[in-house]
Amino acid sequence: MSAKFNPQQEKNRLEELTTRILEQSKRVGADACEVAASASVGLDVQARLGQPEKLEMTRDQSLSITVFLGESRGSASTTDLSDEALHSTLEAALAIAKVTAPDPAAVLASHDQIIQSVPNLELDHPWDIDAKQALELAIEVESFGRQADSRITNSEGGSVSSTRGISVHGSTEGLLVSQPTSIHGMSCVLLAEDGESRERSYAYTQSRHPDQLWSAELVGREAAEKTVARLNPRKCQTAEVPVLFIPETASGLLSSFVSAISGGSLYRKSSYLLDRLGTDVFPSWVSLAENPLIPGAMGSSAYDSDGLPTRQQAFVTDGVLSSYVLSLYSANRLGLQSTHNAGGVRNLFFKGEKDFKTLVSEMGRGLIVTELMGQGVNLVNGDYSRGASGFWVENGEIAYPVHEVTVASNLDRMLKQDLVAVGSDIDLRRSIATGSMLFEKMMVAGS
Amino acid sequence: MPTLLQQVSESILAPGGLVLDDLESLVGELSVGDVDFADLFFERAEAETYSLEDGEVKDASYHRDAGVGVRACSGDKQGFAYSSEITAARIREARDVAIAIQDGRGTRGGVNLDQVSTPKLYVAKNPIPEKSATDKIAFLLDIDAKARAKSPHVQQVQATLSISYREILIAATDGTLGADIRPLVRLSVSVLAENNGRRERGSAGLGGRYDLDRLLTVEHADRLVTEAVDQALVNLESVDCPAGEMPVVLASGWPGVLLHEAVGHGLEGDFNRKGSSFYSGKIGQQVASKGVTVVDDGTISDRRGSLNIDDEGHVSQRNVLIEDGILVGYMQDKLNARLMGVAATGNGRRESYAHLPMPRMTNTFMEPGEATQEDMIQSVDRGIFAVNFGGGQVDITSGQFVFAASEAYLIENGKVTAPVKGATLIGHGPQVMSAISMIGDDLALDPGIGVCGKNGQSVPVGVGQPSLKIDRLTVGGTA
Repeated sequence: MSAKFNPQQEKNRLEELTTRILEQSKRVGADACEVAASASVGLDVQARLGQPEKLEMTRDQSLSITVFLGESRGSASTTDLSDEALHSTLEAALAIAKVTAPDPAAVLASHDQIIQSVPNLELDHPWDIDAKQALELAIEVESFGRQADSRITNSEGGSVSSTRGISVHGSTEGLLVSQPTSIHGMSCVLLAEDGESRERSYAYTQSRHPDQLWSAELVGREAAEKTVARLNPRKCQTAEVPVLFIPETASGLLSSFVSAISGGSLYRKSSYLLDRLGTDVFPSWVSLAENPLIPGAMGSSAYDSDGLPTRQQAFVTDGVLSSYVLSLYSANRLGLQSTHNAGGVRNLFFKGEKDFKTLVSEMGRGLIVTELMGQGVNLVNGDYSRGASGFWVENGEIAYPVHEVTVASNLDRMLKQDLVAVGSDIDLRRSIATGSMLFEKMMVAGS
Repeated sequence: MPTLLQQVSESILAPGGLVLDDLESLVGELSVGDVDFADLFFERAEAETYSLEDGEVKDASYHRDAGVGVRACSGDKQGFAYSSEITAARIREARDVAIAIQDGRGTRGGVNLDQVSTPKLYVAKNPIPEKSATDKIAFLLDIDAKARAKSPHVQQVQATLSISYREILIAATDGTLGADIRPLVRLSVSVLAENNGRRERGSAGLGGRYDLDRLLTVEHADRLVTEAVDQALVNLESVDCPAGEMPVVLASGWPGVLLHEAVGHGLEGDFNRKGSSFYSGKIGQQVASKGVTVVDDGTISDRRGSLNIDDEGHVSQRNVLIEDGILVGYMQDKLNARLMGVAATGNGRRESYAHLPMPRMTNTFMEPGEATQEDMIQSVDRGIFAVNFGGGQVDITSGQFVFAASEAYLIENGKVTAPVKGATLIGHGPQVMSAISMIGDDLALDPGIGVCGKNGQSVPVGVGQPSLKIDRLTVGGTA
């Protein structure tokens, strides 16, 4: 199926459309114009109880146009890339630009700001797998999971997916760049039963390179282990106790932190970290930096969504907030310079020295949070309250599974005062990745 | 005057050189080998959004999308592909992918399509061109002025007008030929209030399947501004929320998100066919307190979650899920209904042509009882009165669910006292439904703002309930 996507051909097609629209935009009276186009082809299969269940071929494309009339702008997008559709999309964007209020902060990256040459970050790797082979692999993942433990009684299936795509970005300031990417994955969702207790859990692997995926056996077995471990949970007592977030749940905390230092939250005064540049936001042993240029990594990109080159840079240095996360627009709104982060941070890793077992033993008594439910994060004031399940720890060892509890605190207090340690067990499947995070205390509400 | 079917098929099929009469043969080509059901789902959609911020509408966008999804089912297997080009050639390409889910080859011959007679629950017109951009912008500017006039503490006002229009056309091997025109409008307001260095947000929204004349009224603007500003001001005064198990009184309307999570998802046919829901195999059993009757009803006029026909061409229904505490029915799409040997219930829904349909909710609510909200509050020594909520989530296997209060108050000695900070409430579906001790006489549906996510697909839904007293629920505060 990989053979059916030709990145070079798609790049040429989308670049040609982009260039044409940019030229047309001038003819219809736009002062400036920006085009973002993308196309992707993918395979998504699922097997359940040893049988194929779903075979899906995905083929998506879209193109969005932003035009400027003086300081006013309008945007329109389409999935139909025919000449007629593109023309009417351009007209729609123009019609909007005629009625919107001027926004001096909205400007295109100028010619000397935009990336000059795009390095190859090796983000596109075909997976030579056809639908039949993918279904066989999905069956295999699931069967490793189902065979791993007799308490696995049911399944929502194993799945395999593979997508390749390309995005093109152009502007009347001379920008015309593209990046091909691929994402491949495998996952498994299992159900376990023991007496009255019924639980589900899952495991997944995801990578830009098919060779870096975990084996089917590892995914299946991890899904089984996680599911069985949740059986016969209890509700713990309501109390303020130490809480340890595993990497999968801790990465959400780091994402919330990144949102709170992002331009959009700041110029809307909707962040608990407003006006905190240069002050302590983490303990002094914490530094956080992004590295967008790691070859083959999930979060890598050579340029941001304004077309500015990305760069390795720190946001937190020795616990102090050293930089916000800004796009051209939000920087203009705040009277600052862009940090080349339009579209967010890329490959922000937070890793410590201690392994998970050491953290559990240091915690002594408290709650390990392995799963979170609901939203419950208020970025305006940092208030945090979410549903949780996981494990109770007594004498530095896991005692029993816990469910139906909430964990509550305030993000500012958690990250600045209560963060005790971060683990070495970093989860690199995500762009914002962290090891386990141990907090001195949170309010756990149970029975 | 063309019929709705003629209008929709002309609009969707003509650009790609197809006519309605072509559908019988295109669907017929899916009726091969071991395929026991197949369908074509055509769609043409437009959406327009205006956003107000800093007292100005500087940002607006328009989006158009069209395409066809081709699905073949064989037993519990589904093959699926789609195209954003609606031509016979692309449909046949997608068909070749879809039918590859099974190994059979022989063709079984023709399909006779028969038009589904479609109710008219909402107006069949496109709201986007109904008013000029200038009028739409002026309405949002007025909201900004009203909100700022309401309180000197209001620092930021954001308002969004979202207008969407969808035409759908369905042709299936079971003979179904259906069309629908679905307008959907929504207005939302969010304000940020500041006092003594403390900042809090308040928000409100409303909408449904109706036109802009009905949405953009002074009464609606006043109502949303009042709700959003009041909520922000209340939250400025809020104290830490208590933690632990306690009685909770829920206001009527949007807090019905409780039912969506604690009951609704667990009663969707796919989970129950697979035996993965906590409610699997429990038809006929007591799963909620006596007096609790929960309904999913896609037939209410003009509601956000309503559908004339579902996305498989099945006419919408009113389906009783729980009757007087007893589980009586699941929500089904065609695939799961066929595999479970029951009737489809009009709950087959999909986000778009590029997604497979699944059993989904429409408008899910609880029938009223006889108690008053006042009685409920008076009966509580120490607990929470929750008026407004954000979203929720459920683990349908264990039955564990959450929903997050965005406006709530302490109840002390039978009286509502201080506002408390937002907190997540957590419980176990059937246990919480069995802990309902009082059901109000004040059934209200939500204002038309719900979005439900499942397996990565979002669809608009409605919820509703009367005021409820739940004897015991875990409240995730910090105090």
